[in-house]
Amino acid sequence: MISALLKKFSVPALAALLAVAARADDIKVGEFASLTGKEAAFGQSSHKGTLLAVEEINAGGGVLGQQLDLLTEDDQSKSGEASTAVRKLIARDKAVAILGEVASSRSIEAAPICQHSHIPMISPSSTNPKVTAIGNYIFRVCFTDPFQGKVLAKFARDTLHAHRIAVLTSVSSAYSVGLAKYFIEPFTAGGGEIAVDEKYSEGDKDFRAQLTSIKASNVDAIFVPGYYTEAALICKQAHELGLSVPIFGGDGWEAPELIEIGGADVEGCYYSTHYSPKASVPAVQAFVKRYQARFDGETPDAMAALGYDSAMVLADAIKRAGSTDGEKIRDALAATKDFPGITGKTTIDEQRNATKSAVIITVKNGQFEFVQIVEP
Amino acid sequence: MTEFLQQLLNGLSLGAIYALIALGYTMVYGVLRFINFAHSDVFMVGAFIGYYVGRHLPENTLGGGLIVLTAAMLGCALLGVTIERLAYRRLRGGPTLNVLITAIGVSLLLESSGQVFFGAEPRTFPAVFPAKDFAFGGLVISTNQLLVIAVALLLVVALQFIVFRTKIGTAMRAVALNPKAAQLVGINNNTVISFTFALGSALAGAGGILYAMNYPSIDPLMGVMPGLKAFVAAVLGGIGNIPGAALGGLILGTVETFVGGSQFSTYKDAIAFGVLILILLFRPAGLLGKSTVEKV
Repeated sequence: MISALLKKFSVPALAALLAVAARADDIKVGEFASLTGKEAAFGQSSHKGTLLAVEEINAGGGVLGQQLDLLTEDDQSKSGEASTAVRKLIARDKAVAILGEVASSRSIEAAPICQHSHIPMISPSSTNPKVTAIGNYIFRVCFTDPFQGKVLAKFARDTLHAHRIAVLTSVSSAYSVGLAKYFIEPFTAGGGEIAVDEKYSEGDKDFRAQLTSIKASNVDAIFVPGYYTEAALICKQAHELGLSVPIFGGDGWEAPELIEIGGADVEGCYYSTHYSPKASVPAVQAFVKRYQARFDGETPDAMAALGYDSAMVLADAIKRAGSTDGEKIRDALAATKDFPGITGKTTIDEQRNATKSAVIITVKNGQFEFVQIVEP
Repeated sequence: MTEFLQQLLNGLSLGAIYALIALGYTMVYGVLRFINFAHSDVFMVGAFIGYYVGRHLPENTLGGGLIVLTAAMLGCALLGVTIERLAYRRLRGGPTLNVLITAIGVSLLLESSGQVFFGAEPRTFPAVFPAKDFAFGGLVISTNQLLVIAVALLLVVALQFIVFRTKIGTAMRAVALNPKAAQLVGINNNTVISFTFALGSALAGAGGILYAMNYPSIDPLMGVMPGLKAFVAAVLGGIGNIPGAALGGLILGTVETFVGGSQFSTYKDAIAFGVLILILLFRPAGLLGKSTVEKV
């Protein structure tokens, strides 16, 4: 009886809603990013890349004859805000797909909402494997931490010639905990030794306690799988305590703020990331030029390039789907093969991840310098 | 042994910063019997004043550093007095709970305004004081760490002097004892309370600068965690008691550092706060606090 009543009322209501959605001229794409707060550098870069892609798509005639309308929400780098932002984008703004986030913890927080609403979500640069494991509507256009961990383990062994390593992990970040794990496994399997495994929490500013005990254990290198704010302070305090071994990390270090906060103390540090603006690939150089023209001469970092690629992959999928229906976009995304992007060719595998090469970057004379490229 | 001494030094310098903030909590509590939760945000404003002033001064000079420190202390003193005048004075005489909730409101107001005016992204604090590291064997001592400890000790002594040896200090103690009686003997309560806020907030400003020098990444929410720990330190040492606040800060900083350097680094905050519970179980009034009968 109740369900019959519901049917009677909700069908016209639903039809009316659909009519409204169909009448709207633009295809609404939601984006949630850490535009302010601790990881603001990531969110800003990623957002600028995404914005540039959407503007280029629209200038080229849009998708399916319609313009893309990018709706951006700021999650303030806070857990809790990410789900609020995505709920709003889906429920109120009726976004057909969601782009975001950089930080894995916040992508993991928002993904179940997209999965539940059957709205495809593409994370530009969350590398923790759990992100896409949440469901078949969740994709990413970057490599994952098991790959990055392997690359870094090989780099530590072969390039840094390190055998005893200290690991300093942020316990409150899914990215950091994951990357530490995926680094330690191949590193110890290859004969390396983890001498000390120290922990800190997001937002900590004092690392002297952990670094003093690391210093006492005579390691060859320190691995810091964290984000740039903490990484810069860790490098600074390590040098103050007289530690001179190389310090290295993952793509969470990729931000100009690393050098700004760390200054001379981040010289000679290494990290792995998704792309280098100094690569001599024509597509990369053309992208760097367009990006600099659009954003006052700023050089795009890996987060900007991945933000750009995420929007391009989505536009391509909507085109191939021929519709803005969530399920059809999802199927088209899952079938993405050899899509040419700035960070290399994107092919979505069965776990909805992309397989891509990684680059190693170092800091030299206050500049990020390209060291080597590692193919999967 | 070197590691132990290094950790002890790390702990003491962290503890000295907690102590500086704790002094402000304890002073206001000592006179007005309420916790000024906005104190940790005054600390944040102090760091930002230092950031804006420091950018216009030559880096790494003693004179420049002192100007930055003075500017932050004066700015914060002014802010503290303004907060008291606008938010707390009207509520004086009412239930303490009202002022307490207002203090939380002021704290949130300062944090949010900070995000609007200063921006929410972390800033790099300039190197205002000349810094040097000395190495004795394996032990590394930085002048910044020594400065923090020295300033904290100096201010404790200065505060003890002000409270117990000067006229205004006597007036402060009189207001704390009985505000009405203090008025009867000709003390202007408003002046005394304004002075207390100015003094406490200036300490927070100094704390903000010293904190930012040691951890040069500042943001509008930077006061929350140190503020909480300093509050704990004040309670640990016996709230209302000046040497107690300093002692509490040093103990908390040292415990936190030693746990942070051990294999239990994940639980460093939990263990530090566990110590607090343990101490309060045996000494409910704090380490140096006197147990008093609650006035009814």
